[in-house]
Amino acid sequence: MLAVEPKSCGISVGAGKARCRAHGGQGDLPPAIWDKVKKHPCYSVEAHHHYARMHVAVAPACNMQCNYCNRKYDCANESRPGVTSEKLTPEEAAKKVLAVASRIPQMTVLGIAGPGDPLANPDKTFRTFELVAKAASDIKLCLSTNGLALPDHVDTIARLNIEHVTITINMIDPEIGAKIYPWIFYNHKRYSGLEAAKILTKRQLKGLEMLSARGILCKINSVMIPGINDRHLVEVNKAVNSRGAFLHNIMPLIAASEHGTVFGLQGQRVPRTSELKALQDACEGEMNMMRHCRQCRADAVGLLGEDRCAEFTKEKIVTMTVNYDPEARKAYQAGIEEERRARRGPRHEEVGEHADGTSDIKVLIAVATKGTGLINQHFGHAKEFQVYEVSRSGAKFVGHRRVDHYCQGGHGAPDHLAAIIRSINDCHAVFVARIGGRPMSELNKAGIEPVDQYAHEFIETSAIAWFTSYLEKVQNGQVQHVDRGDGAIRQDPMMSVA
Amino acid sequence: MPFKIISSQCTGCSACETECPNVAIFEKGGTFVIDPKKCTECFGHFEEPQCVAVCPVDKTCVLDTSLPRYQPPA
Repeated sequence: MLAVEPKSCGISVGAGKARCRAHGGQGDLPPAIWDKVKKHPCYSVEAHHHYARMHVAVAPACNMQCNYCNRKYDCANESRPGVTSEKLTPEEAAKKVLAVASRIPQMTVLGIAGPGDPLANPDKTFRTFELVAKAASDIKLCLSTNGLALPDHVDTIARLNIEHVTITINMIDPEIGAKIYPWIFYNHKRYSGLEAAKILTKRQLKGLEMLSARGILCKINSVMIPGINDRHLVEVNKAVNSRGAFLHNIMPLIAASEHGTVFGLQGQRVPRTSELKALQDACEGEMNMMRHCRQCRADAVGLLGEDRCAEFTKEKIVTMTVNYDPEARKAYQAGIEEERRARRGPRHEEVGEHADGTSDIKVLIAVATKGTGLINQHFGHAKEFQVYEVSRSGAKFVGHRRVDHYCQGGHGAPDHLAAIIRSINDCHAVFVARIGGRPMSELNKAGIEPVDQYAHEFIETSAIAWFTSYLEKVQNGQVQHVDRGDGAIRQDPMMSVA
Repeated sequence: MPFKIISSQCTGCSACETECPNVAIFEKGGTFVIDPKKCTECFGHFEEPQCVAVCPVDKTCVLDTSLPRYQPPA
């Protein structure tokens, strides 16, 4: 493990595992950094249970083409980056932000993430931020960029107090870049192939260094493309870590022929969840890894994983009265912080004495939760399961699995049940608030233990309690431990539904 | 021959609008159009026509062969 300290950004949080854990709670993050991330659902895994973000689609132009993007796409039923149902002017966007902020008081972050590149639309992007900063100074601003134009705009980003920037970096090797990017538009010219990728990687890394030097927190998004950059992303991770990136979000390629992207049409396969997790684990020693990303739309609104964009369409915004009350928002958020403080204590207990000191068993568990840190959802109502890795060192959130929920209009849907079981069949147990007889017996048949004894309790403490008794059963021969980590046995519904 | 935009292909992304050195491109009903009187095929400004170079959809900005070629002022 390389103990590379971020240079020049003033973030000194130590390297390795201590740092990986840090973004769950404050951990050993310095107060100034914690202050920037504690209410940011993308930068803090804990915050995403409590705080919401929104994106406004003011930036439709782009300065390059990626093989995983289709610029013609526009669909209300899809949740993935680049997709939006409407484009807004900066004025419309600012009104939308105020309308959302007055109705969703836990909305703390405004991001501009396309559908094109925000910095290929600098006037629209920065005008929007200026309008919002003027009207609602408590909202954090962030933007997401491909990085090509980034070095030209770092001063403006700093001046407008944009505290968080996401750069999508998929390679540092131009040979690999040439397979991902057909062309870029730079300095009034279209470049392609190796030449394009060389310019792009230079600009991306330079932009990252410039932002780090100014203390602006940078998240790096990397799209994992099997056979193209999957192995290479470990090198990317080292490169961005050494340039002061705060968080690395390695996300799976989304590609299906109906999306009309180059990769989709070529039949490029997407990563299995097991492959994604292995890569994230391989990078974890270096820096914070983001594992709760929902790959959201360019007009997403609300908590991660619970998109409310349909409530705030352009048509509806026009008729909404805006009653933006910063004091009411502040009071509401103070309540959230109070709740977080109360909850933090019991969530971080370690495995008790029952755990065998030499056991290196690690298991995955799936949890039906409404996203509040509690096991509080009925199996049949879950649209996604949160997945935790549980071992002697505790319970760690490692991802989520989206599913079609089982109960459809009061009836169980057998096809959905089979798909749900496939989606979590690398897990040893599924924790639920309640579960019906049919799914319970099907889960048992599939070797996944349904656990409802911890209904409405904290996820981590329950997981550890269950794991302790699991280890006991393994020790006294009651249970034969089977490693279920074989990704090949799973069919991957990672991106099945929005 | 000035350039024209095939409207059925245009995604309305506006990338061309800001790159055009002649301010010849404007929005019309959600997509973009080029004013043929203003288009100079980027002659004297850039090596390649900017609308063609930046457009994300191939063969969307094309030469309008029904019109005479741009003549630079003497």
